[in-house]
Amino acid sequence: MKTTPLLEEHKKLNARLAPFGGWLMPIQYSGIIEEHRWTRSSCGLFDICHMGEFIIEADLAESNLNQLFTFDISSMRPGTCRYGFTLNEAAGIVDDLVVYRIKNNKWMVVVNASTTDNDEVHFKKYLSGKVDLKNVSSGLGKLDLQGPKSADALRKITGAKLERLEYYTFDYFDVLGENIIISRTGYTGELGYELYMPDKKIVQLWQALLSDALVKPVGLGARDTLRLEMGYSLYGQDITGDITPLEAGLDKFVDLKKEFVGKDALLLQKKNGLKKHPVFFIAGSRRSPRHNYRIVVNGNDIGVVTSGSFSPSLEVGIGMGYASQPLAVGERIALEEGNVSIPAVVTRKPFYKNGTARGLKHANT
Amino acid sequence: MQIPDRLFYTKEHEWVRLEKDVATIGITDYAQGSLGDITFVDVPKAGASAKQFKPLAAIESVKAASDIYAPVSGEIIKANSELTAHPELINSSPYDKGWIAVIRPLDVSEKKNLMNPADYTKYVEGLSK
Repeated sequence: MKTTPLLEEHKKLNARLAPFGGWLMPIQYSGIIEEHRWTRSSCGLFDICHMGEFIIEADLAESNLNQLFTFDISSMRPGTCRYGFTLNEAAGIVDDLVVYRIKNNKWMVVVNASTTDNDEVHFKKYLSGKVDLKNVSSGLGKLDLQGPKSADALRKITGAKLERLEYYTFDYFDVLGENIIISRTGYTGELGYELYMPDKKIVQLWQALLSDALVKPVGLGARDTLRLEMGYSLYGQDITGDITPLEAGLDKFVDLKKEFVGKDALLLQKKNGLKKHPVFFIAGSRRSPRHNYRIVVNGNDIGVVTSGSFSPSLEVGIGMGYASQPLAVGERIALEEGNVSIPAVVTRKPFYKNGTARGLKHANT
Repeated sequence: MQIPDRLFYTKEHEWVRLEKDVATIGITDYAQGSLGDITFVDVPKAGASAKQFKPLAAIESVKAASDIYAPVSGEIIKANSELTAHPELINSSPYDKGWIAVIRPLDVSEKKNLMNPADYTKYVEGLSK
């Protein structure tokens, strides 16, 4: 089992640790609901050192790097980030990722923990031309600072320059003697930042951020409820190698005007019609649908729940899944397993509508 | 972790307080701690029958759904309706305000299938090794 450089810190904080994608990670500290609410109201600190990072240097004119992504990396300004996918030839999602354009010829690609090794194989299989790819995952740590007060907490460490960071941009900052990338990105729907710090200074950064009374540690349990309230997909659960971005309803992260691996299969799927449709639902009570519950309409099984949980913000069950037919907002469904049947109503994402990710003044992402 | 005297315990981490003609049941401090924040309890209905070690009620935490098993057989006399709106009472007060149901036991000899506080303490210690 792999561990992050923060394992001893988590133990000191009495975290409950559990395996996650081959890593021993903190699931909770004080409790999922309290950590969730603290992130929505103040600022949570997450150990995300398990995620993978690649540094790629390439000449876009003399390599096919751009074809690895469903979005156009050639039109990105240096200092910006973009979310999207890398696909297999059948258009299944190999991973969802964020690309950072560092310089004209240099990128950082941030990927999921459990898929890092497979991504490296996938990238190397398809890359050709003038391109150099390095897996820098071991040695590079990552902390996420998320919540409406995250700028107030982080500014004390970075200085006022932080204010210039817009949503989905990044810059270099001098922190604890290192020049590190900080991006205004995250997975909670709140104003927040992701900090990329070499492993050797991660403990020091963690302690410095936690010394602020605005900041509390938050585990992967609340990370999951926070992302689900936004309707964000979790790789390996909501999106996999067997699901295409069109089936997942994530078309806006796919640019069909450019070439990429999997595009032909995606165009064919678009032409032939989709057999899976994403569905988001709110349960009628605190009883919560769970992964693999059946989606039932008028007594017929029409799909499966991929993520379901109690929503600490809405105080009812919420979830997402796939159905064999499109369902209209407001339609009544049931989520069933064994003798449990949970009535629910089809809705739109996000479930939680007051997120501050795009700014404190325009809540509602 | 609290393991009060004078209660009896199951391997599935329910407790039962056996009084004259009634048995009050709930889940232990260890159980609520392992489950984490409890978000839903499907409390049993008065009049329903309980069978020892068979599912009696459903309980959910943020992360998972699980069953509560009856520590003794009998008829359910009443259930804790407070838990519908405030399932977190089981976290804050597992042996008192978080009680789940009161059963009229059928068979006092079922007591021999339960653990006393000393045995349950040993049992829980064995689990955390």
